[in-house]
Amino acid sequence: MQRRLKNIFRLGVKELNSLRRDPVLVFVIFFTFTFAIYIVATGVQTELRNASIAVVDEDRSDLSRQIRAAFLKPYFKPPVLLELGEIDRVMDASQFAFVIDIPPNFQADVLKARQPRLQVNVDATAMTLAGNGAAYIQTIINRQLAEFLSRSDMKPTQAVTMTMRTKFNPNLQSSWFMSIMQIVSNITMLSLILSGAAVIRERERGTIEHLLVMPVTPGEIMLAKIWANGLAIILAVILSLYTVVQGILAVNISGSIALFVAGTSLFLYAMTALGIVLSTFARSMPQFALLAIPFFVVMNMLSGGTSPLEGMPQFLQIIMQAAPSTHFTSFAQAVLFRGAGLSIVWPQMAAMLFIGTILFLTALMRFRATMSSAH
Amino acid sequence: MSETLHLVARLTSTSHFYGEVTALDNISIDLPAGRMVGLIGPDGVGKSTLLGLVAGVRKIQSGDVCVLGDNIAGKRHRDEVCAQIAYMPQGLGHNLYPTLTVQENVDFFGRLFGQSSYERALRIDDLLHSTGLSPFRHRPAGKLSGGMKQKLSLCCSLIHDPDLLILDEPTTGVDPLSRRQFWELIDRIRERRPGMSVITATAYMEEAERFDYLIAMDEGKILSTGTPAELKKQTGQKTLEEAFISFLPEAKRAGHEGVVLPPRGTHDGGVAIEASGLTMKFGDFIAVDNVSVEIERGEIFGFLGSNGCGKTTTMKMLTGLLDPSEGTARLFGKPVDANDMETRRRVGYMSQSFSLYGELSVRQNLDLHARLFDIPKRQINGRVGEMIAHFDLGDVADELPGSLPLGVRQRLQLAVAMIHKPEILILDEPTSGVDPIARDQFWRLLIELSRRDGVTIFISTHFINEAERCDRISLMHAGKILAIDRPDELRRSRGAKTLEDAFIGYLEEAVNADAPEQAEPAPKGEALQAKTAAKKPPSRLFDRGRMWAFTRREAMELTRDPIRIIFALLGPIILAIAMANGISFDVEKLDYAVFDQDRSQESQSFLENFSSSRYFELKPPIRVRAELDRRLQSGELKFALVVPPEFGRDLLSGRSPDVGAWFDGAVTFQAETSRGYVQGVLATYLAEFSRRESGGQAIVQLAQIETRFRYNQAFLSVYAISPGVLMLLIYMFSTMLTALGVVREKELGSITNLYASPASKLEFLIGKQLPYIALAIVSFLSLVTLNMVFFGVPVTGSFMALMVGAVLFAIAATSLGLVISSFVSSQLAAIFISAIIVMIPTLNFSGMLYPVSTLEGGGWLIGHSFPALYFQKVTSGVFNKGLGFSSLYTSYLWLMLFCLVFWTMAALFLKKQEA
Repeated sequence: MQRRLKNIFRLGVKELNSLRRDPVLVFVIFFTFTFAIYIVATGVQTELRNASIAVVDEDRSDLSRQIRAAFLKPYFKPPVLLELGEIDRVMDASQFAFVIDIPPNFQADVLKARQPRLQVNVDATAMTLAGNGAAYIQTIINRQLAEFLSRSDMKPTQAVTMTMRTKFNPNLQSSWFMSIMQIVSNITMLSLILSGAAVIRERERGTIEHLLVMPVTPGEIMLAKIWANGLAIILAVILSLYTVVQGILAVNISGSIALFVAGTSLFLYAMTALGIVLSTFARSMPQFALLAIPFFVVMNMLSGGTSPLEGMPQFLQIIMQAAPSTHFTSFAQAVLFRGAGLSIVWPQMAAMLFIGTILFLTALMRFRATMSSAH
Repeated sequence: MSETLHLVARLTSTSHFYGEVTALDNISIDLPAGRMVGLIGPDGVGKSTLLGLVAGVRKIQSGDVCVLGDNIAGKRHRDEVCAQIAYMPQGLGHNLYPTLTVQENVDFFGRLFGQSSYERALRIDDLLHSTGLSPFRHRPAGKLSGGMKQKLSLCCSLIHDPDLLILDEPTTGVDPLSRRQFWELIDRIRERRPGMSVITATAYMEEAERFDYLIAMDEGKILSTGTPAELKKQTGQKTLEEAFISFLPEAKRAGHEGVVLPPRGTHDGGVAIEASGLTMKFGDFIAVDNVSVEIERGEIFGFLGSNGCGKTTTMKMLTGLLDPSEGTARLFGKPVDANDMETRRRVGYMSQSFSLYGELSVRQNLDLHARLFDIPKRQINGRVGEMIAHFDLGDVADELPGSLPLGVRQRLQLAVAMIHKPEILILDEPTSGVDPIARDQFWRLLIELSRRDGVTIFISTHFINEAERCDRISLMHAGKILAIDRPDELRRSRGAKTLEDAFIGYLEEAVNADAPEQAEPAPKGEALQAKTAAKKPPSRLFDRGRMWAFTRREAMELTRDPIRIIFALLGPIILAIAMANGISFDVEKLDYAVFDQDRSQESQSFLENFSSSRYFELKPPIRVRAELDRRLQSGELKFALVVPPEFGRDLLSGRSPDVGAWFDGAVTFQAETSRGYVQGVLATYLAEFSRRESGGQAIVQLAQIETRFRYNQAFLSVYAISPGVLMLLIYMFSTMLTALGVVREKELGSITNLYASPASKLEFLIGKQLPYIALAIVSFLSLVTLNMVFFGVPVTGSFMALMVGAVLFAIAATSLGLVISSFVSSQLAAIFISAIIVMIPTLNFSGMLYPVSTLEGGGWLIGHSFPALYFQKVTSGVFNKGLGFSSLYTSYLWLMLFCLVFWTMAALFLKKQEA
């Protein structure tokens, strides 16, 4: 047993040495966990920020001016005034996500309680913005109308008030969400490619064969790859969490980073094993690349990090339960944002361990089998 | 200058370095024209470097190299003469394309040199005839034997009637019969074209006897020049090998003596290796056919045969790397078991290809293996030091193996195989490429191990003089053992003078039984020579014919790899189905719970508004405040409502009770949406309430706000997402496949063909790119069909506009792949970089998921620096917005600009010469 551990350790050290000698790879890993995280976190807005809005003001009244002035930074860019005929053109060119059309005599009709019709045009190809933005705009206009009327004598009643508070991310800053989800997606992509390609590379160069005639078992070779590649990624993750996420982006991580690292290890165990399984099906690097693309693209997009899991059809939700990334995404959200402890996230951790072990055993079975067929 | 007319090349004070290592050390030499010039010397002395410089495939670092009349450093001269030079790089079939057939390989080279189809047909016939490859025309090059590969390589080199033929160790690793045939072939060709100069390098001294003029090299310097007879006379030695050794400086020769094999003393050790009826089948192909041998303990047993005859496969079965199809293998009387660690510890194995870690230094490699073989810690340093001393690795102990000459690397491999003092050594061609002195040293070591320590040695080789040193040898050919016996016994039974003759005798017997094909020069040859000799290939700046040659070849390789095509076409479809179904921002059924502290009729009716909404899903109520926090924390609830005590009373008395709503902010998008929905429900409730209170009198709405979701009336994710998914998939697959294209040739060695051919970088790049563009367009059409037929996302705009955009995008995406490919040096890095460069900017900054109009700063810049954003405008414009050419032409212009920029970058990164 001790021998085995020693072998696993030595082979892993070798793996780390190989990584160290590949400056391009080290740079890519470093880059994706620092700059890429920063740029994505600061560049992408899922909350309403900077929405481009234009107003066609056919009324030119006090009320219409008041409404125009109500679209404030940082939620909206300053509204641009347009002519009626321009709406189609600017929306076709995606210049504005929202165009409001205030009809002639709007103020007068409101005051006469004629319920005039105000039109909000929404570019619905921008799914993430359209729904929320439309709701916001509606609220803002309603508020302005109410305010306008409160200055006149028609006072609306508010029978129930509601105080809305958001836990875990009080100002709903999307940079919090995006930075963590980008880390998750980086881990997914890198762990899969790193371990799988390491196997293919050894096979293409014939070094695997060399290892297999020594007193080293395939299991040891694989575990070594798993711990070494995993360690490299974990270090990058820790670096990223402390410097970029907490440091530069000032995200308030409420949970335990140690617990997160433990969960990440389980995830890496599963992902690197998956990479090795895939590598046993590919005969060359291009084939491996083609095999890997569907896996990391699906895991990146359907694990709940890009769009919510609840929105997916039932059968797809069930299928995605088999992907370790689904459990890791919800684990990461629970621990880092909601400060959840082991008592809450243990099911996700158990799921990753279970899936990882199945993948590991599959890899083990296929490993030697593919060695014999290669010639 | 009249002197230079008789020279094919002249090197003046030429030096060449690889980092710290000196490959050529201030060499000045003239190479005579019209002759067969041989470079002799062990591996790693600079022979290959010298040939590379003369061929123009390697960049000159210092000194002058004149080839065919002018300095080859000049690009113009290089372009002019490269059509007159043929270069065959080292390594078996390195410049061949294994999945292409014999004919297709030659045809490709013919096209590169701009020959017409008629001319190619004649020439191919002629060449294949004279090399005896005609019967194998349609066999893939990868399935040829080593000797046939080299003949094919030669055909490819000769297709354009070069004036200068450069052969870098063309016969290394080829069986003696093929070797002999190869040189006879060269002689015949020279007879036909007496003006042709040949420069060749070889490690076999026996071969060098037949050359006109020899250059003996060592350590980057020239030891001596002259005809074989002159060299032998100078030193007074009988053979060239001995002559070469006496040229070496004193220090190197010190300690050199002939290798003597003392007779084996006792034969009491029993059997160490035993194989009976070993057979290995790969599909229909029988690699090893019923091989039985018994090797005694302490015996040196040789395995003589050409590459690909089954030696390696047999050895792999003996080490447990391969499970035999039939028969058994035993080591020390025990069946070979892959899981038996004890046996492995008693065996040392050295595989044919270099299989140590290039990233670890010499010392680290030895250290790692010592540890893996579990040598006690205290002894490790001693053992490693001993090996370094024994194998003369002291000077290079801290270097990386990749930078070392082949011969030194082989020594390192052997050192590694012996580090744990194994009882059996299985060595697969350990000495190929090792210089004669080192080889002798190596053999003395083996003999010592065998005779003193009783180590059993099973060694394969293609050097006849090494076979002579074995206790017994077996001759192997095409998977079968032709004969097993003591070397002198074999010679005697065959009645041959030398072991080589004996072996050739056995081989001829076996080959004739297999295929009685005789190499006959084709009669058409002479006529062709006269007809086409004067023709020169076009050397225009951009030649479509040459580009087409690359395209055809890449396309053929692609079609020979059906797995790649199936994945490239099916992958996007499967992914598109998964994502169009899976990515949905349509938020529904948000889980929530209520902490109702009032439990009045009023609170019930208030809360009913929420539970009846299709957006919300009510979970069991919250009983205590702490439960709220816990359930939000676990992610079970997306939000929770807190109804204050006295809600009903306050409501009725007009005191506006305040309801608390707590949202889980972890997933910001979802929280934002939930807030909007909750607000909406509240507004409905308020309106309803005030209407009830005032008996329908109060003005509920001051104005009607009509929200029009344009381009996607139903506001369904599938309409908005599918066009983006289509874009992403085309992008990802095209870029990654193309990115592997060039770098793969770099890794596998066939890039040399570009270096040595008259083709320009752009011809090569665009030629390689075309098949992938075609693949991308097929994939695009399949995805459009999928969108329209299965997802019901119709093309509302101009289909032609979409098509034009797709073609431009496919070109831009594959060009980006070319840039990556030309820049990186390993396939791994190519996969990595293309995955990252495609995924991160596209998902975040292309407008696929998040609108471009909200981007700021770095994100904005990155989004606009990649083609994805512009094609996203086209797909969403045509699918969702019903647009046509007039609205999209700026996107087209941008995509074209990307193509130009990417091509320029790829051409700049790609080198047309080696360093």
